[in-house]
Amino acid sequence: MSKVLMKRIFICGPRTQRKNILELLQRMGTVEINSDDIRDEAFSTMDVETQRSTFLRAAKQSEEALAILKEYAPDKSEGLLSSLEDARSIEKASYDGQLAHVGDYLETALKIVNINKQMIEDKTAIPKCRTDMEALSAWKDLDIPLDFIGTSKSRVFIGSISEEASASQIYEKLSAAVEDKDIPDIDVDIISTDKTITAFMVICHADDAAKVENALKQIDFQRAPSSKSVPKEEIKALNDRISNYEADIKKCIDQIAGYAGERENIKFASDYYSMRADKYEVLGNLPQSANAFFISGFTPAATADRVAKKLEAYDAVVEISDTLPEDDVPCELKNGFLSDPMESVVESFSYPSKGEIDPSKITACFYYILFGMMLSDAGYGLMLVLGCGFALLKVKNMKPSMKKMMKLLFFSGISTVFWGFMFGSFFGNAVNIIATTFFNRPDIALNPIWMDPQKEPMKLLVVAFLIGIIHLLTGLTVKLYELLKDGLYIDAIYDCLFWYMFVGGGIVYILTMPMITNMLGLTFTLSSTVGTISLAAMGIGCAGVILTGGRESKNWFKRILKGLYAAYGITGYLSDILSYSRLLALGLATGVIAQVFNQMGSMIGNSWYGVILFTLIFVVGHAVNLGINVLGAYVHTNRLQFVEFFGKFYEGGGKKFSPFKENTKYYKVKEEI
Amino acid sequence: MENMGVVFALLGAVFSALFAGIGSSIGVGLAGRAASGAVTEDSSLFSKVLILQLLPGTQGIYGLLIAFITLTQIGIMGGSADISMYKGLLYFAACLPMAVVGLISAILQAKCSVSAIALVTKHPDQFGKAMIFPAMVETYAILALLVSILSVFGIANVPV
Repeated sequence: MSKVLMKRIFICGPRTQRKNILELLQRMGTVEINSDDIRDEAFSTMDVETQRSTFLRAAKQSEEALAILKEYAPDKSEGLLSSLEDARSIEKASYDGQLAHVGDYLETALKIVNINKQMIEDKTAIPKCRTDMEALSAWKDLDIPLDFIGTSKSRVFIGSISEEASASQIYEKLSAAVEDKDIPDIDVDIISTDKTITAFMVICHADDAAKVENALKQIDFQRAPSSKSVPKEEIKALNDRISNYEADIKKCIDQIAGYAGERENIKFASDYYSMRADKYEVLGNLPQSANAFFISGFTPAATADRVAKKLEAYDAVVEISDTLPEDDVPCELKNGFLSDPMESVVESFSYPSKGEIDPSKITACFYYILFGMMLSDAGYGLMLVLGCGFALLKVKNMKPSMKKMMKLLFFSGISTVFWGFMFGSFFGNAVNIIATTFFNRPDIALNPIWMDPQKEPMKLLVVAFLIGIIHLLTGLTVKLYELLKDGLYIDAIYDCLFWYMFVGGGIVYILTMPMITNMLGLTFTLSSTVGTISLAAMGIGCAGVILTGGRESKNWFKRILKGLYAAYGITGYLSDILSYSRLLALGLATGVIAQVFNQMGSMIGNSWYGVILFTLIFVVGHAVNLGINVLGAYVHTNRLQFVEFFGKFYEGGGKKFSPFKENTKYYKVKEEI
Repeated sequence: MENMGVVFALLGAVFSALFAGIGSSIGVGLAGRAASGAVTEDSSLFSKVLILQLLPGTQGIYGLLIAFITLTQIGIMGGSADISMYKGLLYFAACLPMAVVGLISAILQAKCSVSAIALVTKHPDQFGKAMIFPAMVETYAILALLVSILSVFGIANVPV
């Protein structure tokens, strides 16, 4: 249960050292800057929006170039696991060495972006050429240009109608369409025809041109696309253009691929500019006077003095002080090996507020047990352990959030293996099915160490409720601890002790009723003396809750009403406990569905194709079942923690510690503190 | 009429797979459409919204589960399918919670998922909370599953 202790930090530095100090702060990444409390008319802030957007644009262009490089010259060394990797740390000296070239790197990135633009233009030009070619294809056998209109004495109309027709049919159509049915001398030449289009040429005397044109309009004549050269040549020219574009595209790709060696440099540029953009954002909010600038914020106490010493090297004055009660102190969690994956669970609920403890450790105690019981298959647990273990071993420099998730699944996997053997489930009943089907030995089976949930579901249900009761009472105990820690002894009695008596007495009393113990399959029934005592405890608890539950009201009538309502909260406990039945239900679901797949696979029996079918169904079926049940176990374990457990003592509402740091993707400049 | 037992029992098994399956497919379909919308906005949300989309899918699996254990218990999957009329009706009744609650809860859970997806699109860091709202609805499907499981297993010991 450890929240990192925070200190207030106040820095005053000379403007001449502003760049150095801000960069140092960014590299160290241990100070959250919040200068709102030192706003004063005496200070001014700088307008840095223009620079900041320039840097952001440069970072974006670098990223764009990287994406283009990734498409046309993928990095072979990048494996499946590399997406889990965090930014690589580099020495300050090597960072400084590269700084001089960062402009060149950006220029390379811009070149890549421009080549890509050119390539996109080429790519869109090709389909256009192809449609033009398509349109010309009907006239490819014509040996005059398409926009030829005739000689001095003749007129030529080149075009098409959209149906299949012969020369005589067109002639007939025209004579029917022409004015006063008096068709002049014309010559109809079919150039090509098929079901959808007939391309033809009509030649007539120049004097008849208007008449013929009118008739052509009547039969929906479409003029051919305009072109100065003979269709065949035009098509050839288009073909040449397409191959030119294609060659150009190839050249562009080669050029881009040629920049593959610059990838690391562009990554550097991307990080550099995004870091500068972040820095300028901070700079824009910084109160400054004529010669000095001021920073106020929070920093973890453990490193505060060393941070101060580093800053003082740049002529800054640093003041470290305890946080004030009214400060909105940001919160950082730090936990041990087993409980640090819980931080991500706590984070997804809410960070602890000021007075609250970090619930990570106490959550960890139950998390793995609950998860294991829900997944409850040794085979699946093993897959989780192997998969996450491999990733954790292989990727040394994993993103912190990813690492927490992997560790969470790794530990949950171990617990799952444990519960799997307890319940005798290894990929469902795979051992028995394989032995029976392929080796004819139905006697071989993995026997449960403790019990078979499918044979004794009631027993496991009782166990689930028991775990639930322990979980809930632990939550109540944490609340007791918090109240005692704050010296609120009276509240501890009212809000915890009475509830212990109320809930605990109730549970024990239920166990004295033979009806209940029979139903739950318990072998004992508590004696009536115990019943009387527990009933008394429950009565006192209940009365206590009714009397004190509404103690913030002065009016006794109101107070009792509120107390009655608080006592009604016992139904909440009942439903909370019943909620743990999901431990049984989800556990059974995993096991039974695994069995379904095993049984489906073994249907054909013992033959070579039977083995193939079994393997296939086994692999696919169990992969699906594993995926769905890991998701189910994760979601419902979280739910039990968030709703049932946290509901008893934890509200959250704290603010996450977000220091000014290098939010980079690829590199991090080292700075020892 | 004496052979009707197995008919009712099978009807129960089929109902639980059928209705819970219908519910889940409607549910996953609804949530999937919202999820695609979210990914159009921000493709890095894929894994988060996929989880939210899958949440209403479990009812169908629970339905399959009840159907399967019922089929095994009544001897359809091998063994003798000799069930009295009385027991057949018991099996039928035992399957009903999963069938009905599965159908309805999957659809309602999906509506919850759709809203949760909208939440995650706006605040990706609130994923933990967004996931809990649909999971609340699932509680009742789990309770129905539990009643169905306990009943189906229990009927074998009913002396009829």
